[in-house]
Amino acid sequence: MKPARYLACVVVVAVCAVSLSANWLAPAGSAKQFREVPDSPPSRTHLLGTDELGRDRFARVLYGTRISLLLAPAAAMVSTALAALIGGLAGYLGGIWLKLARAFTDLFLSLPWLFLLITVRALMPLNVSPLVSVLITFLILGLLGWAASARVLSTSAHALRNSDFVLQARASGLAGPRLFFIHVLPNLKPVLYAQFWISIPVFILSEANLGILGLGVAEPLPSWGSLLRELEGLLSFREEPWRLVPLFLLILVMTSFQLLLSNEEVTA
Amino acid sequence: MLLGKIARHFASIAALVLLGGLLSATLVRLAPGFDADEREFDPNLSAESLRAIRAERASQHNILHFYVGYLRGAAHGDLGTSRALGQPVLSLLQDRWPVTARVAGIGLLLGWVLASTLAFISTFWQRPACEIFGTTLSGAFLCVPAAVLALASVVFNSPGYLAIALIVFPKIYRYARNLLAKSYALPHVTAARSRGLGELRILARHVLPVAGPQMIALAGITVSLALGAAVPVESLCGLPGIGQLAWQAALSRDLPLLVNLTVIVTLVTLLANSSADVMIQVLRPREA
Repeated sequence: MKPARYLACVVVVAVCAVSLSANWLAPAGSAKQFREVPDSPPSRTHLLGTDELGRDRFARVLYGTRISLLLAPAAAMVSTALAALIGGLAGYLGGIWLKLARAFTDLFLSLPWLFLLITVRALMPLNVSPLVSVLITFLILGLLGWAASARVLSTSAHALRNSDFVLQARASGLAGPRLFFIHVLPNLKPVLYAQFWISIPVFILSEANLGILGLGVAEPLPSWGSLLRELEGLLSFREEPWRLVPLFLLILVMTSFQLLLSNEEVTA
Repeated sequence: MLLGKIARHFASIAALVLLGGLLSATLVRLAPGFDADEREFDPNLSAESLRAIRAERASQHNILHFYVGYLRGAAHGDLGTSRALGQPVLSLLQDRWPVTARVAGIGLLLGWVLASTLAFISTFWQRPACEIFGTTLSGAFLCVPAAVLALASVVFNSPGYLAIALIVFPKIYRYARNLLAKSYALPHVTAARSRGLGELRILARHVLPVAGPQMIALAGITVSLALGAAVPVESLCGLPGIGQLAWQAALSRDLPLLVNLTVIVTLVTLLANSSADVMIQVLRPREA
């Protein structure tokens, strides 16, 4: 492993570990209001100051990081599973199924990603509890983000369909779902892993975009998107630099993911 | 042959748009709250008026009837009325489309100029410093959410199209650079270089004809990227375009408007992709 990739791995693990220990590092929680010190600058008691409602920014960053960093992989898992099912099966079956799946993925891919996200998000109720809003946001990402991966997987599965070992398995009498699940799907694992890792940073960025636009995770639950929304009121980036901490953290994690994913995986 | 391919392209576009429209209509119909109408809470309305409102909605219960009605209206230039803004969708589109076309168009052009210049420089001179600079710059912008770039554009008082340019630039740069690097690595380019051909001639005669078709295809795809980037940029920079309209429609759950916008944006991106494909087909025979 190259030193840069090793460093990136350490950064991602460290950020995850710190966010997972939010309960110990910020026991007051992300929603507790310190009404006597609203909108205060960093101090010993509040390392990153407090927001307009008097909530500790440091605690909100920790809890927000936890939500974004844990749920983006969960959404990536959903989208990869869907891609494996739709793309893998279509590629394996070939013929009309492959054409249909490709037409469907073309339709999904021709829609600008943010347009699709905000349209489907708007179809769901907007005034829901914060926990439901988290689930809706990441479920939408998972359910809509499968198309690009499905395209790659359908090509790989189609190539496997005519490979020697599949032909031999077929000649031995194996057919249908058993052939797919025993011989085709396990051989798609490397492509599936690559698609899973590629999806994570895409979903982290998408959640951030949705959050800034007010269509992501609902208050009072924090996420990187809702924390970045605070930047909307900034008149200058020099004014209150501590408000940029969530952005720096997001960029740090995104850079680490970019370094972890090789160039070939990104362009695949 | 070429005309047949073009006809097939347009037929597939029409099929995809019809399928997309049906999918959108189904989603709208099944969305929670579709049956609710705020007018029913108006105490001034008589029982007869309420019955008329319910009868109007009852005709939309069947998804196919709802979709056929929408298509019939669309064929006559009636895309419905925005619930939140109370204006015909068609007039809203006519007002807003020029703003998006200008902002996204200039942004896309700037993004292409910046990305292709950097990609050409890094592959043409093949100096590690150029490569590192291009990769770092594109990587940096790739890590920043589009909405943050839009907010930065507000803070620095820069035009919205600059934010769109910076959003699309890293994606174009990465693909363009890889395409050019792969084309430069081909054996016939090495052979041309060994025979003493000038770098500019190699680029024009041996590299661009190989990378060109894929660059054109990339150009088609980037239209979709620019339209997607228009949502946060127009919303946060206060530009009254399609992106801002979509955002407002999403916040007010104006589903008919949102679905119309999505179908139209899909149509534009499909047309851009198909135009790129047709252009590649037109250019190919000349290469041979």
